[in-house]
Amino acid sequence: MKKIKSYKYQINKNDFVNAGKVSSAIKRNLKKIGFTNRIVRRIAVISYEGEMNIIIHSQGGEIELGIFENKIEIKINDKGPGINDVNLAMTEGYSTAPSEVRELGFGAGMGLPNINNCSDKFNITSSKDGTKIQSTIYLE
Amino acid sequence: MKVKEIKDILNAKIYTGQEWYEKEIQGVFASDLMSDVLTTEFFEDKSILVSGLNNPQVIRTAEMLDIDAVILIRGKIPTEETISMAKENDMVLMSTNSNMYNTCGILYSKGIKGLSNEKNKKL
Repeated sequence: MKKIKSYKYQINKNDFVNAGKVSSAIKRNLKKIGFTNRIVRRIAVISYEGEMNIIIHSQGGEIELGIFENKIEIKINDKGPGINDVNLAMTEGYSTAPSEVRELGFGAGMGLPNINNCSDKFNITSSKDGTKIQSTIYLE
Repeated sequence: MKVKEIKDILNAKIYTGQEWYEKEIQGVFASDLMSDVLTTEFFEDKSILVSGLNNPQVIRTAEMLDIDAVILIRGKIPTEETISMAKENDMVLMSTNSNMYNTCGILYSKGIKGLSNEKNKKL
């Protein structure tokens, strides 16, 4: 399937000041293109949770958005240090976030489950070199 | 119930969004945990988020879900950054002196139901 458009955004570790800016830009772009609000909201949640995860837990990373004729793919990749136990991290309510992050309203242990719930297809791999999430949403 | 009526019954101070006073609100979700908010299915164009979290992330979260109004509880005063982010997103931002329990109780007693996040597979 042909890729129509793609966007790539860099996200820095601990960059709480700009937290959410990338997802906000993604949401605006998708709205401009003309996707339905429902689709845009699902992608916004995936992107926002992914963006917060990169900021909170990783050494930095990027979000790549690929728009195809029949689907949208979101890749959330970071530079490590990786997730010790991916199954545990996928459990609702499990969190390793420090208390400063909880004060921001995050670290409830719902990030990865939320990304999974909003995706039609979800894949995660993690090693010390980084975590890679691929989320797909099929267009109606 | 209209935004203006909600402002009045909660005796809230409005920081931005007076132009949306006539907007009809149908659902409320209340939480300090933004990831819990992000699991919730909001009514597009008709929803309120009640939160004790007073920082820009509460607006960012509301923005992602097309939430129309944010009510801060216990008289919390939003920062300039939070207010301007709400403005940019055409959102109502107000603050009430009531606590979380009472704020929700008042809204519920006026017939505004809570939004569900129990079986929200797709937003």
